[in-house]
Amino acid sequence: MSGTFVGMPAFPTAAREALADSQLRHNLAHATGTIRAKRARVVAEVEDWEELRLAGAAVKERALLDLDTQLVRLEETLTANGATVHWARDAAEANAIVASIAKAHDAQEVVKVKSMVTQEIGLNEALAADGIAAWETDLAELIVQLGDDLPSHILVPAIHRNRAEIREIFRSRMAAAGRPAPIDLTDEPAVLAAAAREHLREKFLRAKVGVSGANFAVAETGTLVVVESEGNGRMCLTLPEVLVSVVGIEKVVSRWEDLDPLLRLLPRSSTGERMNPYTSTWSGITPGDGPQEVHVVLLDNGRTRALADEVGRQALRCIRCSACLNVCPVYERTGGHAYGSVYPGPIGAILNPLLKGVGHDDQIDSLPYASSLCGACFEVCPVRIDIPSVLVDQRAQVVDAHRGGVPKPEGAAMKGAAYVLGRSRRLSALERLTGLGMRFARRFGPSAWTGARDLPEAPEESFRAWWQRTDGGRKDDA
Amino acid sequence: MVTCINDALYPGTGQAVLRLLRRLGVEVDFPQAQTCCGQPMVNTGYLDEAVPVVRTFVDAFAGYDAVVTPSGSCAGSARHQHSIVARRSGDEALEKAVAEVGPKVYELSEFLIDVLNVTDVGAYYPHRVTYHPTCHSLRMLGVGDRPRRLLEAVRGIRLVDLPGADQCCGFGGTFAVKNADISVAMGADKARHIRETGAEVVVAGDNSCLTHIGGVLSRQRSGVRTVHLAEILASTEAGSIERTLR
Amino acid sequence: MTDARTEILARVREALAGSAIDIPEPATPRDLAPVVTPDVIDLFAERVADYRAVVERCGVDEVAERVAAALPPGQVVVPPGLSIRVADAVVDDGSLTAAELDRIAAVVTEARVGIAETGTIVLDHTADQGRRAISLVPDTHVCVVREDQVVADVPDAIAVLDPARPQTWISGPSATSDIELDRVEGVHGPRTLHVLVVAGKR
Repeated sequence: MSGTFVGMPAFPTAAREALADSQLRHNLAHATGTIRAKRARVVAEVEDWEELRLAGAAVKERALLDLDTQLVRLEETLTANGATVHWARDAAEANAIVASIAKAHDAQEVVKVKSMVTQEIGLNEALAADGIAAWETDLAELIVQLGDDLPSHILVPAIHRNRAEIREIFRSRMAAAGRPAPIDLTDEPAVLAAAAREHLREKFLRAKVGVSGANFAVAETGTLVVVESEGNGRMCLTLPEVLVSVVGIEKVVSRWEDLDPLLRLLPRSSTGERMNPYTSTWSGITPGDGPQEVHVVLLDNGRTRALADEVGRQALRCIRCSACLNVCPVYERTGGHAYGSVYPGPIGAILNPLLKGVGHDDQIDSLPYASSLCGACFEVCPVRIDIPSVLVDQRAQVVDAHRGGVPKPEGAAMKGAAYVLGRSRRLSALERLTGLGMRFARRFGPSAWTGARDLPEAPEESFRAWWQRTDGGRKDDA
Repeated sequence: MVTCINDALYPGTGQAVLRLLRRLGVEVDFPQAQTCCGQPMVNTGYLDEAVPVVRTFVDAFAGYDAVVTPSGSCAGSARHQHSIVARRSGDEALEKAVAEVGPKVYELSEFLIDVLNVTDVGAYYPHRVTYHPTCHSLRMLGVGDRPRRLLEAVRGIRLVDLPGADQCCGFGGTFAVKNADISVAMGADKARHIRETGAEVVVAGDNSCLTHIGGVLSRQRSGVRTVHLAEILASTEAGSIERTLR
Repeated sequence: MTDARTEILARVREALAGSAIDIPEPATPRDLAPVVTPDVIDLFAERVADYRAVVERCGVDEVAERVAAALPPGQVVVPPGLSIRVADAVVDDGSLTAAELDRIAAVVTEARVGIAETGTIVLDHTADQGRRAISLVPDTHVCVVREDQVVADVPDAIAVLDPARPQTWISGPSATSDIELDRVEGVHGPRTLHVLVVAGKR
């Protein structure tokens, strides 16, 4: 069973540990470098990419700003198509619904399509507590599950593992979960993928209940969409008698045509392919084809909190492509675990505080600061989420949540700075002390700066003092 | 707008801007009421504390045709963040003032190319130089290749490409101390790429980033100097006014 | 206590209340390209092949022969409405279990749409393609796409597809990038995808 993120330290501490792991840094740099190049190549192929981004953002924004109507419509169409719709306010409600469906069919196990939302709600752990085994069938999720590990990337949860580590996990752990790895297992990716195929096939063939998320839910037609690569999704969506899909309420789009920009943006942004190998769509039940009992669980779990945030609600446009992780210089060096959530990287740094709220947990409050605000994430986001602006807004919310309490040194410093910078006279007076200040900082200064960086020499006089002395350089500058 | 960091630590950059713009026939003033753009507060989450700073900013720069600054980051702050601070203040007059001043703020390379329409500013700088495009000038302002075009027109310069140029150096304002370990790791990679070019000088349009990059390069005893774009563009055969930072 | 549905919808309305909601109009990035030119067919064949699928082009009278040549040894399953004759094939009547399908080597189907730009084949699982399981479990999928089914890009496909039908969009054989982000073909779906692009109408 996978571990949990409960009790993670704040970002700077977790990041320091990750930075010290040179194997991890090597794995991440290699993997993110590969995917960045692939993405850049296929994005450059699309002439109207910027227009496509605007269209993708607009499609999601339209649905979000009209979400109550869209959700009611989705419920109507799904029901008309023979599906059963459930609503869940939080993780516990959603998990209970899935468990009760599995129990109603006497299922001791379920097969799962890779799904961020079921990780977010801790479905596997909740089902295990009810005696139901949830088998992850995506290769990376399988690696994480067998390795008793935590996911560290949205698209490739085992991105922190290299092929040699994966071989070792398969060799030592597969037997306990079902069909063992072959004796002659090598660390060739094709060989490892073949071992996963053999291991999971018996589970697909016997499964009674499949569990999935959905990339998109079309309100007008009652259609769910799953985008994947390996075919494990098709297996889980097709072979079991019963299918349960847990869908965040932000996944809804209004019309069938709205899938157009999204299905073009997602694969190029995500895996760097023109199109992903498999996309499945289904509209409730099709007699004689696929699951004959179809459930959809519509989940809130903090999404309405994010929706209420006028600056932050754009984060709900996210289509979980992970392009922002792959270009983020912070993510590239720390990996996903440091973010303490199934949603790591730049999007996680805004999504977690938006879903959970700030001001009550140091770990969450540290996330909006886990960025140099370089803006690479916004540049690649297929639905144009202005992550840097949301980060800055979240920082303000963190500061505001702590106003009125015991002032922190940083708060006092900012107040002091506001005083000094509010009047040029005060700044001018302080500047006369710059040289002294730099000498002091060099000697006794915060090691956070000087630990690995020198400070510049202080000038003889400030620009302001020079301007006054020389009348803007018009007098002789001796 | 000379910016607070240049005022206190890099007066040579301010002097270079002055010399360059005067050489190009621009009448330049330094409104002495100016202090800072307020970005350090805004980016750390202290919006209330930024209000008096933004007020001082718009008071100082109201009435000028253009506000030119040798910093992509500070220009970005004035153009994109001041409205947020003003809205927060609830002061409609401040909101109006910000809306008037903001669009007149130009980063130096934007002003030279878009307003003055010059690429060749008559500079001479006989050194091997590599250019680091800072994130805010690149992505928040979208200065594109303007600085590079200006540098390419400098006589005597040998401009060499910086590998991974568009990757952040790791400064990021208070990020540099709040997440010092990652900041330094990013700075070290940037420094490595700079050293790989064999350049004597790394140039950028923001002294804040250069302080961080220079701090890492200096600690590594690399011998590579950091120089602001304005100082290269202000240099002529008659004399370099490159600052004395070693 | 209110039920979850009522409460979630109330929270949504509350979250959106007070926001000046200006719902943007959907933008269509560019016009559909209804006219399919020979270039589009060439692009389709090229892009499908890029995914390391096997692509062959042939005339309508050669199809049966080419299909037979593409099939591996072992049993073949075909959908009930397949217009191509495949010798000794099991015609799916819906009764084959997943385990039985797992012992079948190959499947032959037709398709609903081909998308040139992305090298994608879309099945909508009508009678000439069959239910989803038969084109999933066997390890080789031979898929016959007619030239007049090929469209230029995704919006063209969306416009002709019926959302009420279950659909499978296929772009090459099953693949994964989960190990060091290196693409490897062949995981759970058919490891061999053999596409026949047929000239002329049925």
